[in-house]
Amino acid sequence: MIATELTHHDRESQPGTVVEFSGVVKEFGGHRALDGFDLTLHAGEFVALLGPSGSGKTTALRVLAGLETTDAGIITINGTDVSALATSKRDMGMVFQSYSLFPHLSAGENVEFGLRMRKVKAGQRRTKAAAALALVGLEDHFDRFAHQLSGGQQQRVALARALVTEPRVLLLDEPLSALDAKVRVQLREEIRRIQTELGITTLFVTHDQDEALAVADRVAVMRAGVIEQVGTPENLYTRPATPFIADFVGLSNRLSGIVRAGQADVYGAPLALIDQSHPDGAVLVSVRPEDVEFASSGLPGVVVSSSFLGSLRRTSVRLNDGALVFLQHSVRVHPSVGERVHLRFSGAPVSVESVETVSATPPF
Amino acid sequence: MSAGFTLTEGVAHAPTRTVRTVILGLIGLVFAIPIVAMVEFTLRAGLVGGYNIDRWVALFQSGFTGVYRPVLVALGNSVALAIGTVAIVLILLVPTMLLVHIRFPRLRRLMEFVCILPISIPAIVLVVGLAPVYSVVARLFGSGVWTLAFAYGVTVLPFAYRAIQSNLDGVDVTTLTEAARTLGAGWGSVLLRVLVPNLRRGILAGAFIAVAVVLGEFTIASLLNRVNLQTALVVVSKVDPYTAVILSLLALAFAFVLLLVIGRLGAPRSHTRAPRRRITLKGTA
Repeated sequence: MIATELTHHDRESQPGTVVEFSGVVKEFGGHRALDGFDLTLHAGEFVALLGPSGSGKTTALRVLAGLETTDAGIITINGTDVSALATSKRDMGMVFQSYSLFPHLSAGENVEFGLRMRKVKAGQRRTKAAAALALVGLEDHFDRFAHQLSGGQQQRVALARALVTEPRVLLLDEPLSALDAKVRVQLREEIRRIQTELGITTLFVTHDQDEALAVADRVAVMRAGVIEQVGTPENLYTRPATPFIADFVGLSNRLSGIVRAGQADVYGAPLALIDQSHPDGAVLVSVRPEDVEFASSGLPGVVVSSSFLGSLRRTSVRLNDGALVFLQHSVRVHPSVGERVHLRFSGAPVSVESVETVSATPPF
Repeated sequence: MSAGFTLTEGVAHAPTRTVRTVILGLIGLVFAIPIVAMVEFTLRAGLVGGYNIDRWVALFQSGFTGVYRPVLVALGNSVALAIGTVAIVLILLVPTMLLVHIRFPRLRRLMEFVCILPISIPAIVLVVGLAPVYSVVARLFGSGVWTLAFAYGVTVLPFAYRAIQSNLDGVDVTTLTEAARTLGAGWGSVLLRVLVPNLRRGILAGAFIAVAVVLGEFTIASLLNRVNLQTALVVVSKVDPYTAVILSLLALAFAFVLLLVIGRLGAPRSHTRAPRRRITLKGTA
């Protein structure tokens, strides 16, 4: 109910915001943080930018916020180029990685800040701020100061502060990374709930794949300033375009194999390719741990370790050629270290990467 | 008592109450001895010995007229100079430091070097350099006493810089600024509504030090032939050493009061306020 109070305002006139990056380039002292970055956020969509540190995901978010300028390319919001617009005029709500509440203001005054900048009258300001705090479950903390709030509460207030002005886009810059595991999971579910309720277009930067897969409509995986693959969480996980994605999104075994006639041959087992057009030759094959099983006969190996992970067990097996294979299986199976076992692949399609065969240049 | 306990709580080897009292007493003594000696000196009843308050009475009955009149004028000059110097710190130094901190972090070391530099230059050297500069200053701004504030603005730089910088290091200025900007604040609002309130402690400390330095400054004023409190006191002391000491004591008291007032003005506002907002909230929630 409070959520509707916050949103219905512009609902009719503004059905949602579309954000488009095209060919955005950003350099920092010779290093290209963004190297022709393209991404479209559809109206009301929750997109996560996932990538290792230094992949440019935070830079992408900051150029959208106007906190960094672009060196080339265009950023449009609902079709209008905003590249030259000052941050304060872009009408975005942002939650930062580090705690960013104004220490000299109470939680309520923090939330009111954006409204004050928009010259909203005091009475209306207070009502809206109280509603926004209620949205994040902190209606009783209006008069608290940042130092009287826990980390999770501070980020909730920051979220309320970012949302109270009904911005066109919500930007989340690793807002959960400073919090402990339990609060992190709780708050990410809540962010998703609020985002769905408000229908606000959201860009969420994270290096945590679990977080990205759990909350986003689509996940864009970044590497070296460009997006390597965009897709739904299921799509990314089951059909990773490259071994980098397979490795970064979820766990993967990387085994050597050979591509021949649109199939990968791994230790004698023929596996279907996700990218069937891959040229023949020696490759590294990414196989999910859950796509490897114990079998009565097949690939022989010795159990190296086995760990209990609650709902499943992860076991590593050393094959005869020295390669290490991880597999995930039911907790009811108890392999013991040193046990001789046989493995087989379940046959799910795999992604492969050509091996740069060591150059055959003869020594002088 | 309980407050004292919480303060020392968690400190592994906090000094005991006795040690603290002794240290405080010794420091107090160091400060008190010269002041007490000055008071004693002003009360001496000539060569015959004994004490009276004749000189104090005489000074106040004369209403600071005659020989002592210049001291009052000089005091006015010094206060004006203090205000001018603080204005330079607030208008020039603070925004420059913030600009360097936020936009040009690479210039921080250079900025620090430049700001600390005046402390390593003796006042006499500074004056030799300032003399030709002031011939230009006099042409541009006239030879009013207040123009000395430009020189004092330079001499207080190291102290004011350190005070503000230590506060700046303790506040995540960059994130606060970015947060305010995404919320629609222009640079003016960022400065006045976000940065200054959070840097108030450092800015006030910088202003305090500027006031203290200016009220005690002698060398530059003397060598540039300007009248301020200290140069006037020296003039008086040549005529009447007793009265000069009385005036020095009064000047000290004046400086104390001034600093107390500034300190009171900038006292941190209470973080636990009356629950007036809570009532409004209940109404709306």
